[in-house]
Amino acid sequence: MNNASPFHNISPSDDLVTVTFDGIEYVLPNGANLAASLLEAGLRSFRNTPVSGALRGPFCMMGACYDCLVEIDGETRQACMTAVTSGLKIERAHRDKGLEND
Amino acid sequence: MEADYAIIGGGIVGLSISWGLLKRGRRVLVLDGDDGNFRASRGNFGLVWVQGKGLKQPAYASWTQKSAAAWADFSAELGESTGHNLALQQAGGYDFYFDEESLEQRVAEFETLKEELGGDYPFDVLRHNELKHEEPNIGPRVAGAILHHQDGHVNPLRLLKSLADDVRRMGGTVKCGVPVKRISKRDLFEIEAEDGTIYTTPKVVLSAGLGAMELGPQLGFSAPIRPQRGQVLITEKLPKMMNRPSGIIRQVDEGGVQIGDSKEEVGLDDRVTLETASAIAARAVAVYPDLAKAKLVRSWGALRIMSPDGFPIYQESSTTPGAFLVTCHSGITLAAAHARYLPAWLDGSDQAPNLEVFSEQRFAIS
Repeated sequence: MNNASPFHNISPSDDLVTVTFDGIEYVLPNGANLAASLLEAGLRSFRNTPVSGALRGPFCMMGACYDCLVEIDGETRQACMTAVTSGLKIERAHRDKGLEND
Repeated sequence: MEADYAIIGGGIVGLSISWGLLKRGRRVLVLDGDDGNFRASRGNFGLVWVQGKGLKQPAYASWTQKSAAAWADFSAELGESTGHNLALQQAGGYDFYFDEESLEQRVAEFETLKEELGGDYPFDVLRHNELKHEEPNIGPRVAGAILHHQDGHVNPLRLLKSLADDVRRMGGTVKCGVPVKRISKRDLFEIEAEDGTIYTTPKVVLSAGLGAMELGPQLGFSAPIRPQRGQVLITEKLPKMMNRPSGIIRQVDEGGVQIGDSKEEVGLDDRVTLETASAIAARAVAVYPDLAKAKLVRSWGALRIMSPDGFPIYQESSTTPGAFLVTCHSGITLAAAHARYLPAWLDGSDQAPNLEVFSEQRFAIS
């Protein structure tokens, strides 16, 4: 599998901010779409499903499919409907929480 | 003539009956309506529920219990022949109370019914701390709950799909998008669809939900039913946060939490309203506070089919014998009874359950 990110920012910006995803720092364009920015940064899966624990990442990129969920401030949020802001702490949603893992 | 029975309405009720008739070797033609019709089978809450039913009519409580007891076997057989997992869970269910007084009142009613049922009504009263032990995520405002051990829930959409698949597998004909306009009887019943096609069968079962309001009188039924709206909210899929269902809230096998149990008398209007949606959401959050952070992904309204006393109607027409009216608001709970026991009644067999108490005659003005 080719792990190089197929996503590239077509309007690069100099206004960059630092966020963390699972404690790892990422430098992303301020105000950009969070899902798109994380994809460009090379992330493929954003969460595990709460039942089987399967990996999921962005699919529709327009707020409809609920596959790009991440956890921010203890709430699951759609990454594709969230803007990048400085200091954002993002966690993988439902990691190790599969119903079958109980 | 292509079938022994025409089943008007291919929802849970009509398909459960069809499934049971096929098991008795009858040929069945199911005529299902179209997207313009109200479809309780797609909008319901998926409970297999005993507690609180038939408090003033022990025969209804018994009939409900008979169905609940037949569910495990029914679900296993259906699952095995179709390969679908119906996600049936019958490990008990709750009725939550926010104050001791209304809990005590209900317990007294349950004790009376339990006596009338000869003691077969297994329930426990859980005070807050005992409930917290069973359901660690319960909120502080919940005073207690009645845990009834005969309650449970199922995935109602997989039930609908399984029944439709299995009825076809056993040779039944299911025609979709065929609303029925007129039914009359000469030698045989003549059933005219809206597209003009005429189907003829010796027997007819009217299981058309609210469609019976219009079609019932053509067969001599008074069909005194009315719609009652319920609104439902669905959350994002969540890690397991509750162990048993209740009448107002349950977590389905796929992880989503279903919130419901509003009751509105608004006629044939199945829209959602912000007022009711917020009221049922607030109640759900009071029971499980963690839900305050959950995202809602869907909501809908659906219409229950209510008789004047809330009990089912099982009636053969006196003016056109061979026509049967079957209608109820608990089509999921009663699916097992409708599949296992009702076909014998339709066939006029000695094995038929005694359903006299559920006839339309009970609504006649004496």
